[in-house]
Amino acid sequence: MSAAVKKKVLITENVMIAKDIYSMWLNAPEIAETAKPGQFVSLYSNDGSKLLPRPISICEIDKGEGSVRLVYRIAGKGTKDFAVMKAGDTFEVMGPLGNGFTLEGKKALLIGGGIGIPPMLELAKQLDCEKIMVLGYRDITFLNKEFEPFGNVYMSTEDGSAGTKGNVIDAIKANGLDADMIFACGPTPMLRGIKAYALENGIKAQLSMEERMACGIGACLGCVCNSKEVDHHSNVNNKRICKDGPVFYAEEVEL
Amino acid sequence: MNTNVTIAGITFKNPVTTASGTFGSGMEYSEYVDLSKLGAVTTKGVSSIPWPGNPTPRVAETYGGMLNAIGLQNPGVDVFINRDIPFLRKYDTKIIVNVVGKTTEQYCDVVERLADCDVDMLEINISCPNVKEGGIAFGQDPRCVEEITRELKKRAKQPIIMKLSPNVTDIGEMAKAAEAGGADALSLINTLTGMKIDIHRRAFLLANKTGGLSGPAIKPIAIRMVYQVANAVKLPIIGMGGVSNAEDALEFIMAGATMVAVGTANFINPSTTSEVVDGIEEYMKQCNITDINELIGCVK
Repeated sequence: MSAAVKKKVLITENVMIAKDIYSMWLNAPEIAETAKPGQFVSLYSNDGSKLLPRPISICEIDKGEGSVRLVYRIAGKGTKDFAVMKAGDTFEVMGPLGNGFTLEGKKALLIGGGIGIPPMLELAKQLDCEKIMVLGYRDITFLNKEFEPFGNVYMSTEDGSAGTKGNVIDAIKANGLDADMIFACGPTPMLRGIKAYALENGIKAQLSMEERMACGIGACLGCVCNSKEVDHHSNVNNKRICKDGPVFYAEEVEL
Repeated sequence: MNTNVTIAGITFKNPVTTASGTFGSGMEYSEYVDLSKLGAVTTKGVSSIPWPGNPTPRVAETYGGMLNAIGLQNPGVDVFINRDIPFLRKYDTKIIVNVVGKTTEQYCDVVERLADCDVDMLEINISCPNVKEGGIAFGQDPRCVEEITRELKKRAKQPIIMKLSPNVTDIGEMAKAAEAGGADALSLINTLTGMKIDIHRRAFLLANKTGGLSGPAIKPIAIRMVYQVANAVKLPIIGMGGVSNAEDALEFIMAGATMVAVGTANFINPSTTSEVVDGIEEYMKQCNITDINELIGCVK
């Protein structure tokens, strides 16, 4: 049987940490036991008219407490339902799903863009090497203080209200940051930029991707991305983000 | 208590299978469901050569349902024969292979390749709304339905099920055409063509613009069509469209389906198929039904 389980879980905390950004702790010992940084969970709405699970990345794992933390953004009606739930409420969660980051490198850049920032936090905790964090925001910052114990934190904002004005690549260049390993999660245009930057500079990069999903377990083929080589499972140039990813090496995927 | 049902001489241990495209070839779900518990596994559509499918986004949620436009991505019949059939044969369940193509020749090619393979039945998808050529083009004209059915019957060594589209004026007419062409059974319904627009981006949600609507939202239409077809032809029917629990499955059976397929519900709860099998038995016990066959088409 798989490590992933689908279970009713208890919310122990669900608070707004920035406009439309929520932090939720779940009591889910089976998920916490096997979860790795970069994996995600599927959250099911208690409203039966919303059928499909929402894939949300794992922000923190507390094996001792048997808890996992999710930091998510209200993106539509489904996530809005989650945002109004309170400590003590329950809902169905399946996970952990997908493959997480491979922990490697001597000096790593951890790059998160927007709602791609949360999975970087558990990675920062578990990655045992020199770490530099680069966090990209549109305007309002969140979670940045929580990264400070793990290394230097650089930020970019589109409006220049915090850190470098521009995007994460601008922040990397402005601060002369270098590394032998990149870990990144964020919107596709950001990942595309990071892939190009990593290739230009000969830096190995792991990219965590997102796409609209249905099953979350690799059966429906809803969330594919283009792969450089013919994939052994699909036998075409497609990989399943939910099952084969969400983390891929930069050279594996066409963005 | 008997839960066995028979279609075209093949006996299934219970009337529950999977709707093509929602269950892969069972591999992913084998971690959540004992495949040996199912009457049959109906695989994702397989074509003569690998198909890459449509661009993303391929899926979108709708009220009580979902749209998909996967575009029949599949690894091709060679990989399917070498990898997926041996995998499924490890389980005590029947194998129904869904066959897709863009031309009559391509359908024939797959059917011929499968003729000597160890599979139990073939389901011919002439109703996919998400590919530009083939698929539904064959399923919306009764002459085409009859013709392709006849061509495939000449070549197939396994019984063939024609999968019908609901995107027609009179599904009964399509059913009669398939029967005239020599089909052994029918499955219905495939998805209904739909569309969703993102008002913030002022764009279609799916890259393909249109997609197939499935899930609980379409169940009443599917039940009506199964009833209509059951009264139009003598062929056994595999009913599907929004089956999420045993109650839904029993509705299909009472409307005239010999078997039922669980589709979109697999995405919501990966063990739905197994729960439907248990739920049907439970109902039979509670109502003192000794043979599931008593229920097939019992509502006139």
